[in-house]
Amino acid sequence: MTCYADMPESVARHLARLPLPEIEGGAFALGPPLAERRVAVVSSAGLGRRGDRLFGPGAVDYRVLPADADAGDIVMSHISVNYDRTGFQQDLNIVYPLERLQEMAAAGEIGGVADHHYSFMGASDPAPMQPFAEDVAAAMRAEGVDTALLVPV
Amino acid sequence: MCALAHYLEREGIATVAIALVHEHAEAIANPRTLSVPFELGRPLGAPDNPDFQRRVLRAALALLDRPAGPVLEEFPDPAPEPADYEGWACPVSLPRPEAAPDGNHERLVADEIARLRPWWDLAKERRGRTTVGASGYEIEEAARLVGRYADGAGPDDTEPGRKLSRSLKLACDDLMAFYTEAATAQPGAAASRDLSDWFWGETAGGRALLALRERAAGDGDKGMQLLGSLLILPRSQAHRAGA
Repeated sequence: MTCYADMPESVARHLARLPLPEIEGGAFALGPPLAERRVAVVSSAGLGRRGDRLFGPGAVDYRVLPADADAGDIVMSHISVNYDRTGFQQDLNIVYPLERLQEMAAAGEIGGVADHHYSFMGASDPAPMQPFAEDVAAAMRAEGVDTALLVPV
Repeated sequence: MCALAHYLEREGIATVAIALVHEHAEAIANPRTLSVPFELGRPLGAPDNPDFQRRVLRAALALLDRPAGPVLEEFPDPAPEPADYEGWACPVSLPRPEAAPDGNHERLVADEIARLRPWWDLAKERRGRTTVGASGYEIEEAARLVGRYADGAGPDDTEPGRKLSRSLKLACDDLMAFYTEAATAQPGAAASRDLSDWFWGETAGGRALLALRERAAGDGDKGMQLLGSLLILPRSQAHRAGA
């Protein structure tokens, strides 16, 4: 685990001051065994396709990432500068592990990979994201996706 | 990020979240979370290391078999460093920016881009992709916009309908991406801290962004103030402000 104590002091101080959302939890969706699950990625890295609308301060909506999008068409417009981007520059899978999931599906470890994936920008207030998250859930259900892998940045 | 898990679960989608900030993961209490000991920006741990990335994914996805939650598990291993890691050096030996006179940011950044360009081209060819270009500018245009503003010139031409502060932010992000993509063109891993220290401490590009940041922070426009105060210089490099 990465705790505040493991981070540069200035970064930890900032993170510790961030107001965290108060969300009513309790929902716990069940599903089939892992080998039968169809998985979509939900990133909060501010990813989008080249030419998509870019994320800006306060953005609470999302961009759709088709599974067949070329890796070179995926760009990042997250507004924060307080995380490493050089890993993403070298290997898209470090924030958007689509190839790894596709390999796991081919090996039968998971049931399949969604045709569409999604990215929000994590720096924004999450409360106004709720209707957008509901739209994402509806889109997932419509294509038979039962499981989301949430990947931060 | 974590809030999204709750919203999706209410809609019947099972979720598993990777978490980079353990304290946040504890507070939000998602249905299933794998807390990982990696630096911010690297949720799968290590670039170009498919085996390690698969281990992280397997550990995360295994939580889906739990019958009830919230579940918060810790991934045990830190991101691996290459066995032969002996530090990193930029493939191009750029002149030390301290020796350069002020007011020449545009020219100096253009010179650096020309010298880094062969390595950026190589990096793009080897990876089959680049992350540069979200701004919509060619890198030379992005550098010109940044350099001119850093030099104190008036508002330059920007994308129609886009505020100067927005164009500058995107141009700065592209400039940083260009430098670090070029600098990592040669095989062998570079620690993110090395790359950040190099860009901010040893390049005219970094100096131009520091000058831009200072000018923007003193601008009357709120978008420019936000740019200058928060959206250019990482907190981990804050000691360079005003240097």
